[in-house]
Amino acid sequence: MALRNGGKTEGEHESVPFSKPKGRWLLLTVRIVAFLATASATIVMALNKETKTLVVATIGSTPITLTLTAKFQHTPAFVFFVIANANASFHNLLMILVEICGNKLDYKGLRLVLVAVFDMMAVVLASAGDGAATFMAELGKRGNSHARWNKICDKFDSYCDRGGWALIASYIGLSLLTLISALSMIRLMKPKPANQPTTIP
Amino acid sequence: MTTKTKRFLALLLRVIALGATVAAIVIMVTSHDSATVLNLTFEAKYSNTPAFRYFVIAEAVAGGYSVLALLLSFNSLFSRLVLMMDVVIAMLLSSSISAALAIAHVGKKGNSHAGWLPICGQVPNFCDKVTGALIAGFIASILYLLLILYSLHSALAPLFALKP
Repeated sequence: MALRNGGKTEGEHESVPFSKPKGRWLLLTVRIVAFLATASATIVMALNKETKTLVVATIGSTPITLTLTAKFQHTPAFVFFVIANANASFHNLLMILVEICGNKLDYKGLRLVLVAVFDMMAVVLASAGDGAATFMAELGKRGNSHARWNKICDKFDSYCDRGGWALIASYIGLSLLTLISALSMIRLMKPKPANQPTTIP
Repeated sequence: MTTKTKRFLALLLRVIALGATVAAIVIMVTSHDSATVLNLTFEAKYSNTPAFRYFVIAEAVAGGYSVLALLLSFNSLFSRLVLMMDVVIAMLLSSSISAALAIAHVGKKGNSHAGWLPICGQVPNFCDKVTGALIAGFIASILYLLLILYSLHSALAPLFALKP
């Protein structure tokens, strides 16, 4: 802590908000929770499948059954939801690793800038996935009488329930990602100048 | 790049994004078509679908914010607030275009697993206009994404001057 002339990088890290241990742990905790939220949304939706067997007709004494399956792959919106949330959780994991292990990695101070840029892009991607899945789920739950599209949630209720839980987890992840993005930008924006004279405590 | 060029470029991006959102709203609102097939009457309006209503509302919010940001960008006090709000509006725009695209895809190609028939064969004018509105909305979304990256870059320019 005594001599800071040689370590310009350390000087900047000292004066930037969220680089002191308490701020860093806050950011790291929020990132971990966001990672868990988006990862659980991905997994719950990816494993979302329900099979129902309906009896269509009866010939004599043998019933003719029809097996209907509801899978998330049937709907492109849910496929995009899974892909977007998988990308967001991968981004969160990468940023967690960079925060924990990457303190020595820096290239002209661009590390914080890249983290902020990637956070912004992850927010936009996650919000796109959420928007598509929300309205597709609403269409499945209520149908659309004007277009003669029937609702499917009354037949496949556990599929719809699980989809709803995945959506809620994804919304939690999205709001946390927005918070993380704001914190990363705040961290970038308010550094004190690096060549400030420092006093030796 | 001088400061004047940077501010002019940011302003230009915002004006084009504003134009795109206004175009998206106008085209979507004026899209309606009706067709009579056998004894079923299909009347297609944008307000029948919550996704398209959300699209119009989100584009309207983004357009109004663009006007506000254009007025505020001449005062450099607000630049950080404008940047944060830009991220929120970019998020709103991307979710609205994504939702509208999802429903429009169902309308165009149907979903055989759910028993939903495509409607674009019956109301082609509606489908064409909705496609135009979605293209405008997509352009607005991409422009806002470029805008937030560009605003971050230009807000950080004094920071870059300090680095070796």
